[in-house]
Amino acid sequence: MMEMDWYLGLSAVLFTIGVIGVLTRKNAIVIFMCAELMLNSVNLTLVSFSAQLGDVHGQILVFFALCVAAAEAAVGLAIIIAIYRNNLTVDVTKINLLRW
Amino acid sequence: MDLFAVAFYVFAILIIGSAAIMVFSRNIVHSAFALMFTLAGVAVFYALLYAGFVAVTQLLVYVGGILVLILFGVMLTTRGYFEKVRTRTVNLVPSTIFAAIIGLMLIAVYVTTEWTLMPLEDGEVTLTGLGELLLTDFMLPFQVAGVLLLLCIIGAVLMAARTRHPHPPAGKSSQEGPGGPSYGEGTGRS
Repeated sequence: MMEMDWYLGLSAVLFTIGVIGVLTRKNAIVIFMCAELMLNSVNLTLVSFSAQLGDVHGQILVFFALCVAAAEAAVGLAIIIAIYRNNLTVDVTKINLLRW
Repeated sequence: MDLFAVAFYVFAILIIGSAAIMVFSRNIVHSAFALMFTLAGVAVFYALLYAGFVAVTQLLVYVGGILVLILFGVMLTTRGYFEKVRTRTVNLVPSTIFAAIIGLMLIAVYVTTEWTLMPLEDGEVTLTGLGELLLTDFMLPFQVAGVLLLLCIIGAVLMAARTRHPHPPAGKSSQEGPGGPSYGEGTGRS
């Protein structure tokens, strides 16, 4: 079994890639996918702490995080589809109704 | 022991590479398929950490559910064929600097902290223990999660299937039932 540093470093790299995606992409669905990637990296951190500290509660927390992520995916994609049907675009630089 | 290390390195390279493809690919469908490899690789890491239940849940929820949902979202929010599924990137330099700062900070914190670790016996966390814990200590969050999922199903259907400009063509006004093909017509009309 590897040391925990490698798992934590891997999840940090995944989180960073997700941050880059959220900051640089313009399509709302790609931003959404990058948010899912960041959620996954945090879940990986939780599971690795749970395994290496010998505590089951990390896995329970990951289970609930998965539930919330599924709910967030459904509602987020519904919002994106509603935005598309009103604006005919999912480009986040063109959706500037609440931006000043 | 050695097999764990080999599997770790192979799948670490796989998921980092596919995550980079997902972020930097210009085609959204390619991004979604790269995301599939990343999610499956994360499930492999859960299995390497003796969290079999979480690994199976990851495969079922993410690869089986959310990814299909994302692909449907890609199909419903693009006009025309998949040749147009291309986007650009913005703010490349400042966001790369910002993300590099975040990554270095995370890795520095992870490496320099002295964690007090316990060596794990394999198969310590069983599915039975996890289920008993979910139905005894975490009964209330379990039920709340179920209610949350139900509310999100209802909310997603309400938001995605609402027609702002109905335009009833003088006969068939009940067209919003089966969602899929009617979205394209709705966008064409409005």
